[in-house]
Amino acid sequence: MQILINLANGIRSWLEGMGLSAASAEVIMSAVGALAVVIFILTHVIILILAERRVAAFIQIRKGPNRLGPLGIGQVIADVVKTLSKEDIIPAAADKFVFKIASTTLFATALLTFAVIPFSKGMVIQDLNIGIFYFIAMASTGTLSILMAGWASNNKYALIGGMRAVAQMISYEIPMVFSILGVVMLTGSLKMSDIVLAQKNMWFIVPQFIAFVVYYVAATAELNRAPFDLAEGEQELIAGYFIEYSGIRWALFMMAEYASMVAASAIATTLFLGGWLAPFGLDTIFGVTIPGFVWFMIKLYFMLFTFLWVRWTFPRLRVDHLMHFGWKFLIPVSLANILVTGIGIYVYQRIIS
Amino acid sequence: MLTSYAGVGVIFLVGIIFPLILLGVSAILHSNHKKPTPTKLLTYECGLETEGDTWIQFKLSYFMYALVFVAFDVETIFLYPWAIKFQSLGLFAIVEMFIFITILLLGYWYAWKEGALEWI
Repeated sequence: MQILINLANGIRSWLEGMGLSAASAEVIMSAVGALAVVIFILTHVIILILAERRVAAFIQIRKGPNRLGPLGIGQVIADVVKTLSKEDIIPAAADKFVFKIASTTLFATALLTFAVIPFSKGMVIQDLNIGIFYFIAMASTGTLSILMAGWASNNKYALIGGMRAVAQMISYEIPMVFSILGVVMLTGSLKMSDIVLAQKNMWFIVPQFIAFVVYYVAATAELNRAPFDLAEGEQELIAGYFIEYSGIRWALFMMAEYASMVAASAIATTLFLGGWLAPFGLDTIFGVTIPGFVWFMIKLYFMLFTFLWVRWTFPRLRVDHLMHFGWKFLIPVSLANILVTGIGIYVYQRIIS
Repeated sequence: MLTSYAGVGVIFLVGIIFPLILLGVSAILHSNHKKPTPTKLLTYECGLETEGDTWIQFKLSYFMYALVFVAFDVETIFLYPWAIKFQSLGLFAIVEMFIFITILLLGYWYAWKEGALEWI
């Protein structure tokens, strides 16, 4: 994957050779990175749509899509063509402007979260010094788009779905932020590359195991995925906040959802599973140097698989159980985790000195 | 530092433009479709026409959660700078943390006692 970094540096120096200042070259590189991430997201959406249906079929002991092409790969193309060529229906009663922009802004916020994710050493669009804080801010902005979609549809199911989504997302955001705090205390930095490099000796999943579990549960709830998919529960709300959307606008919602799932898995990988670092210092296996990007992708896919696994294993929660679990269990646990981490670091420093 | 945020702005622009391109492609692909009939543009419900207003005043418990959320979210903003400087501050940071989290827990306990965390 060094090739990609060299390519990026090549384009950068070419741009500077064209007479652009370093700052504007940096901005253009950001656009190039954003395009690369768009391609990355599209590839993953396509892989995940198929993977989800195959894993679901595998877990429920039935056959998934397996007719079109080997392993049903052709199904993906059929899906894309279908959603692209479908009619774009905007209900007459809807608030048309908000209805139209909701799907676009949701996708934009999902894309924005990718700005700080370090795919490998140096492979990050913008290594902001407030990295993880930026991620939290951007991830929670998605709530607004969901409320916009639910409200503007002028449909009772959509409104209930949107309201539930907001209540759920703000409730589970607090434990998520608190669980990330433990990692920040250990690292002393919000920068993503610093967080990865701090895990050189030990991945943070070991000292921060509770935080990892809390983060995982909260991230599942933030993504509105089963068992926390009350906002779009098929049996009661049909599709929740995007019930009125059809065709490509609906596909944008699905893309945003899968993109946020990839982002949440990537953050879990970066914060707790050592990011692009090789496990146990296994940088080379049998003399072959495995690039950091490959390790990152292996960990990313492991996390994505667990999300699929959880979705098809657990039944949906009841709405009051969901809120109680968030407010009365996860928040005290994550607060206690901060206290224990703080005391632990202090005692450790005492012993060292 | 400002160029980094200009880069983030560029990503936002890409995020807005890309869905518009998709919408454009889709519009070209389904341009030969007939205009949807008025019946098709009705609000989707169980097959009956929708009754009453949808944009109504909503359940109060959502508002209670939102209030508690605002309190907690402001706390987390203050906790982040503290967490970054934690290792260099030593005992002072520990004492600070206990004071701060005690205040937080006090508010949490009050919200719990008053039933703000109950789903009615």
